[in-house]
Amino acid sequence: MSESLTFHYDVDGEDFTSAGQASVQVKKNLRRLGIPPEIIRQVSIAMYEGEINMVIHAGGGDADVIVSEDRIEIILADHGPGIADIELAMQEGYSTAPDSVRSLGFGAGMGLPNMKRYTDEMTIDSKVGEGTTIKMTVKL
Amino acid sequence: MTVSSLCSACGFVPVALPDGGREVHGCYIGDLLSWVMGRAKADEAWITIMSNINIVAVASLTDVACIILAEGVAVDDKIKSTAELKGVNILMSDKAAYETASAISTLV
Ligand SMILES: Nc1ncnc2c1ncn2[C@@H]1O[C@H](COP(=O)(O)OP(=O)(O)O)[C@@H](O)[C@H]1O
Ligand SMILES: [Mg+2]
Repeated sequence: MSESLTFHYDVDGEDFTSAGQASVQVKKNLRRLGIPPEIIRQVSIAMYEGEINMVIHAGGGDADVIVSEDRIEIILADHGPGIADIELAMQEGYSTAPDSVRSLGFGAGMGLPNMKRYTDEMTIDSKVGEGTTIKMTVKL
Repeated sequence: MTVSSLCSACGFVPVALPDGGREVHGCYIGDLLSWVMGRAKADEAWITIMSNINIVAVASLTDVACIILAEGVAVDDKIKSTAELKGVNILMSDKAAYETASAISTLV
Protein backbone atom coordinates (compact mmCIF):
# COMPACT_ATOMS: atom_id res chain seq x y z
CA MET A 1 0.00 0.00 0.00
CA SER A 2 1.93 3.04 -1.14
CA GLU A 3 -1.08 5.32 -1.56
CA SER A 4 -3.75 6.01 1.00
CA LEU A 5 -7.31 4.73 0.74
CA THR A 6 -10.31 6.69 2.00
CA PHE A 7 -13.70 5.31 2.96
CA HIS A 8 -16.53 7.76 3.49
CA TYR A 9 -19.82 7.16 5.30
CA ASP A 10 -22.91 9.24 6.05
CA VAL A 11 -24.04 8.48 9.57
CA ASP A 12 -27.82 8.71 9.77
CA GLY A 13 -28.94 10.56 12.87
CA GLU A 14 -32.48 9.22 12.75
CA ASP A 15 -32.00 5.53 12.76
CA PHE A 16 -30.72 4.03 15.95
CA THR A 17 -31.17 0.44 14.90
CA SER A 18 -28.87 0.79 11.92
CA ALA A 19 -26.20 2.67 13.88
CA GLY A 20 -22.95 0.82 13.52
CA GLN A 21 -23.32 0.05 9.84
CA ALA A 22 -20.36 2.24 8.94
CA SER A 23 -18.16 0.58 11.56
CA VAL A 24 -19.17 -2.93 10.49
CA GLN A 25 -18.42 -1.97 6.87
CA VAL A 26 -15.03 -0.57 7.89
CA LYS A 27 -14.24 -3.81 9.67
CA LYS A 28 -14.99 -5.72 6.48
CA ASN A 29 -12.87 -3.40 4.33
CA LEU A 30 -9.90 -3.54 6.71
CA ARG A 31 -10.07 -7.31 6.80
CA ARG A 32 -9.97 -7.38 3.01
CA LEU A 33 -6.85 -5.20 3.12
CA GLY A 34 -5.15 -7.75 5.36
CA ILE A 35 -4.91 -5.46 8.44
CA PRO A 36 -4.11 -7.46 11.63
CA PRO A 37 -7.25 -8.51 13.61
CA GLU A 38 -6.26 -6.69 16.82
CA ILE A 39 -5.84 -3.40 14.91
CA ILE A 40 -9.20 -3.95 13.17
CA ARG A 41 -10.80 -4.47 16.56
CA GLN A 42 -9.33 -1.23 17.94
CA VAL A 43 -10.34 0.82 14.90
CA SER A 44 -13.83 -0.55 14.61
CA ILE A 45 -14.70 -0.20 18.30
CA ALA A 46 -13.35 3.37 18.41
CA MET A 47 -15.30 4.22 15.29
CA TYR A 48 -18.50 2.59 16.55
CA GLU A 49 -18.39 4.60 19.78
CA GLY A 50 -17.93 7.77 17.74
CA GLU A 51 -20.68 6.80 15.34
CA ILE A 52 -23.08 6.08 18.19
CA ASN A 53 -22.21 9.43 19.76
CA MET A 54 -23.05 11.24 16.53
CA VAL A 55 -26.41 9.44 16.43
CA ILE A 56 -27.26 9.99 20.12
CA HIS A 57 -25.83 13.43 20.72
CA ALA A 58 -25.49 15.18 17.35
CA GLY A 59 -28.20 14.03 14.94
CA GLY A 60 -25.76 12.24 12.64
CA GLY A 61 -22.66 13.31 10.75
CA ASP A 62 -19.86 12.20 8.45
CA ALA A 63 -17.26 9.54 8.99
CA ASP A 64 -14.04 9.14 7.04
CA VAL A 65 -11.49 6.40 7.45
CA ILE A 66 -8.12 6.90 5.80
CA VAL A 67 -5.83 3.92 5.52
CA SER A 68 -2.20 4.65 4.69
CA GLU A 69 1.01 2.70 4.91
CA ASP A 70 1.79 3.38 8.56
CA ARG A 71 -1.54 4.46 10.09
CA ILE A 72 -5.31 4.42 10.04
CA GLU A 73 -7.07 7.73 10.65
CA ILE A 74 -10.71 8.06 11.63
CA ILE A 75 -12.37 11.46 11.26
CA LEU A 76 -15.87 11.98 12.64
CA ALA A 77 -17.51 15.33 11.96
CA ASP A 78 -20.95 16.55 12.98
CA HIS A 79 -22.97 19.75 13.17
CA GLY A 80 -24.56 18.91 16.50
CA PRO A 81 -24.66 20.97 19.71
CA GLY A 82 -20.93 20.65 20.40
CA ILE A 83 -19.28 19.71 23.71
CA ALA A 84 -19.01 22.55 26.26
CA ASP A 85 -16.54 20.89 28.62
CA ILE A 86 -14.38 18.33 26.84
CA GLU A 87 -12.42 17.35 29.94
CA LEU A 88 -15.66 16.53 31.74
CA ALA A 89 -17.03 14.63 28.74
CA MET A 90 -13.85 12.51 28.67
CA GLN A 91 -14.39 11.28 32.24
CA GLU A 92 -15.50 7.68 32.63
CA GLY A 93 -19.17 7.58 33.58
CA TYR A 94 -20.07 11.13 32.49
CA SER A 95 -23.08 11.05 30.19
CA THR A 96 -25.95 13.29 29.12
CA ALA A 97 -27.68 10.44 27.24
CA PRO A 98 -31.45 10.23 27.79
CA ASP A 99 -33.08 7.23 29.49
CA SER A 100 -34.43 5.94 26.18
CA VAL A 101 -30.84 5.45 25.04
CA ARG A 102 -29.71 3.99 28.36
CA SER A 103 -32.37 1.31 28.19
CA LEU A 104 -30.68 0.09 25.00
CA GLY A 105 -27.39 -0.39 26.86
CA PHE A 106 -25.73 2.84 25.68
CA GLY A 107 -25.10 5.99 27.69
CA ALA A 108 -22.67 4.49 30.19
CA GLY A 109 -20.33 7.42 29.69
CA MET A 110 -17.58 5.12 28.47
CA GLY A 111 -17.63 5.99 24.77
CA LEU A 112 -15.05 8.76 24.63
CA PRO A 113 -12.78 6.90 27.12
CA ASN A 114 -12.99 3.79 24.92
CA MET A 115 -12.11 5.85 21.84
CA LYS A 116 -9.04 7.12 23.64
CA ARG A 117 -8.11 3.69 24.95
CA TYR A 118 -8.21 2.02 21.55
CA THR A 119 -6.36 4.67 19.55
CA ASP A 120 -2.82 6.04 19.67
CA GLU A 121 -3.87 9.66 19.18
CA MET A 122 -7.18 11.42 19.62
CA THR A 123 -8.10 15.09 19.29
CA ILE A 124 -11.50 16.65 19.89
CA ASP A 125 -12.32 19.92 18.20
CA SER A 126 -15.70 21.22 19.32
CA LYS A 127 -17.62 24.49 19.39
CA VAL A 128 -20.90 24.86 21.19
CA GLY A 129 -23.67 25.49 18.69
CA GLU A 130 -21.49 24.54 15.72
CA GLY A 131 -20.44 20.94 16.04
CA THR A 132 -17.71 18.48 16.86
CA THR A 133 -14.86 16.94 14.90
CA ILE A 134 -12.95 14.03 16.40
CA LYS A 135 -9.76 12.69 14.85
CA MET A 136 -8.30 9.39 15.93
CA THR A 137 -5.16 7.64 14.73
CA VAL A 138 -4.15 4.03 15.09
CA LYS A 139 -0.56 3.29 14.09
CA LEU A 140 0.13 0.23 12.00
CA MET B 1 -14.23 -25.80 22.62
CA THR B 2 -16.32 -24.69 19.65
CA VAL B 3 -19.49 -22.63 19.99
CA SER B 4 -21.57 -25.52 18.62
CA SER B 5 -20.12 -28.03 21.10
CA LEU B 6 -20.59 -25.55 23.95
CA CYS B 7 -24.20 -25.08 22.91
CA SER B 8 -25.01 -28.79 23.08
CA ALA B 9 -22.82 -29.52 26.11
CA CYS B 10 -24.69 -26.92 28.19
CA GLY B 11 -28.13 -27.40 26.71
CA PHE B 12 -28.36 -23.88 25.30
CA VAL B 13 -30.74 -23.01 22.46
CA PRO B 14 -28.98 -22.08 19.19
CA VAL B 15 -30.65 -18.81 18.15
CA ALA B 16 -28.22 -18.05 15.31
CA LEU B 17 -25.21 -20.23 14.57
CA PRO B 18 -23.56 -18.98 11.37
CA ASP B 19 -20.04 -19.71 12.66
CA GLY B 20 -20.51 -22.65 15.04
CA GLY B 21 -17.00 -23.97 14.43
CA ARG B 22 -15.48 -20.94 16.13
CA GLU B 23 -13.42 -21.61 19.28
CA VAL B 24 -14.42 -19.98 22.58
CA HIS B 25 -11.83 -18.86 25.11
CA GLY B 26 -13.02 -17.15 28.27
CA CYS B 27 -16.15 -15.23 29.14
CA TYR B 28 -17.35 -11.68 29.82
CA ILE B 29 -20.63 -10.76 31.51
CA GLY B 30 -22.25 -7.36 31.02
CA ASP B 31 -25.17 -5.39 29.65
CA LEU B 32 -23.71 -1.91 29.20
CA LEU B 33 -22.42 -1.94 25.65
CA SER B 34 -19.48 0.43 26.12
CA TRP B 35 -18.27 -1.66 29.05
CA VAL B 36 -18.43 -4.74 26.85
CA MET B 37 -16.49 -2.99 24.09
CA GLY B 38 -13.94 -1.72 26.58
CA ARG B 39 -13.45 -4.91 28.57
CA ALA B 40 -14.48 -8.05 26.66
CA LYS B 41 -11.71 -9.72 24.68
CA ALA B 42 -11.78 -11.35 21.27
CA ASP B 43 -12.92 -15.02 21.28
CA GLU B 44 -14.74 -14.77 24.62
CA ALA B 45 -18.36 -15.79 25.19
CA TRP B 46 -20.40 -12.68 26.03
CA ILE B 47 -23.24 -13.28 28.49
CA THR B 48 -25.95 -10.61 28.56
CA ILE B 49 -29.66 -9.98 29.03
CA MET B 50 -29.57 -7.07 26.57
CA SER B 51 -31.58 -8.12 23.54
CA ASN B 52 -31.85 -5.17 21.13
CA ILE B 53 -30.38 -5.19 17.62
CA ASN B 54 -27.24 -3.28 18.67
CA ILE B 55 -25.83 -6.37 20.43
CA VAL B 56 -25.11 -7.87 17.00
CA ALA B 57 -22.88 -4.95 15.97
CA VAL B 58 -21.18 -4.89 19.37
CA ALA B 59 -20.45 -8.64 19.20
CA SER B 60 -19.13 -8.30 15.67
CA LEU B 61 -16.86 -5.32 16.40
CA THR B 62 -15.63 -6.71 19.71
CA ASP B 63 -14.97 -10.01 17.93
CA VAL B 64 -16.40 -12.21 20.69
CA ALA B 65 -17.00 -15.87 19.75
CA CYS B 66 -20.69 -15.78 20.67
CA ILE B 67 -23.43 -13.97 22.55
CA ILE B 68 -25.17 -16.03 25.23
CA LEU B 69 -28.53 -14.54 26.17
CA ALA B 70 -29.19 -15.35 29.83
CA GLU B 71 -32.50 -15.67 31.70
CA GLY B 72 -34.22 -17.16 28.64
CA VAL B 73 -34.30 -13.73 27.01
CA ALA B 74 -35.78 -13.90 23.51
CA VAL B 75 -34.78 -11.91 20.42
CA ASP B 76 -36.91 -11.08 17.39
CA ASP B 77 -36.46 -12.46 13.86
CA LYS B 78 -34.75 -9.30 12.62
CA ILE B 79 -31.95 -9.85 15.13
CA LYS B 80 -31.65 -13.52 14.17
CA SER B 81 -31.37 -12.74 10.47
CA THR B 82 -28.90 -9.88 11.04
CA ALA B 83 -26.76 -12.17 13.19
CA GLU B 84 -26.80 -14.89 10.49
CA LEU B 85 -25.82 -12.28 7.91
CA LYS B 86 -22.99 -10.79 9.99
CA GLY B 87 -21.66 -14.16 11.13
CA VAL B 88 -22.50 -13.54 14.79
CA ASN B 89 -23.34 -16.62 16.92
CA ILE B 90 -26.20 -16.23 19.42
CA LEU B 91 -27.12 -18.88 22.00
CA MET B 92 -29.84 -18.73 24.62
CA SER B 93 -29.64 -20.04 28.17
CA ASP B 94 -32.69 -20.32 30.41
CA LYS B 95 -30.49 -19.75 33.47
CA ALA B 96 -29.29 -16.52 35.09
CA ALA B 97 -25.94 -15.03 34.08
CA TYR B 98 -24.15 -16.50 37.11
CA GLU B 99 -25.40 -20.07 36.51
CA THR B 100 -24.73 -19.72 32.80
CA ALA B 101 -21.15 -18.61 33.43
CA SER B 102 -20.68 -21.42 35.97
CA ALA B 103 -21.89 -23.96 33.43
CA ILE B 104 -19.38 -22.90 30.79
CA SER B 105 -16.49 -22.12 33.16
CA THR B 106 -14.74 -25.48 32.93
CA LEU B 107 -15.35 -25.75 29.17
CA VAL B 108 -13.96 -22.46 27.87
N1 LIG C 1 -20.55 14.18 18.92
C1 LIG C 1 -20.97 14.72 20.09
N2 LIG C 1 -21.71 15.86 20.09
C2 LIG C 1 -22.13 16.42 21.25
N3 LIG C 1 -21.87 15.91 22.47
C3 LIG C 1 -21.14 14.78 22.54
C4 LIG C 1 -20.67 14.12 21.36
N4 LIG C 1 -19.97 13.03 21.76
C5 LIG C 1 -20.02 13.00 23.10
N5 LIG C 1 -20.71 14.05 23.58
C6 LIG C 1 -20.94 14.39 25.02
O1 LIG C 1 -19.97 13.73 25.81
C7 LIG C 1 -20.63 12.87 26.76
C8 LIG C 1 -19.79 11.63 27.00
O2 LIG C 1 -19.71 10.83 25.82
P1 LIG C 1 -19.45 9.27 25.95
O3 LIG C 1 -18.21 9.06 26.76
O4 LIG C 1 -19.46 8.65 24.60
O5 LIG C 1 -20.67 8.76 26.82
P2 LIG C 1 -22.19 8.48 26.42
O6 LIG C 1 -22.30 8.52 24.92
O7 LIG C 1 -22.43 7.12 26.97
O8 LIG C 1 -23.01 9.54 27.07
C9 LIG C 1 -22.00 12.59 26.15
O9 LIG C 1 -22.94 12.20 27.11
C10 LIG C 1 -22.30 13.94 25.51
O10 LIG C 1 -22.75 14.86 26.48
MG1 LIG D 1 -21.02 7.47 23.74
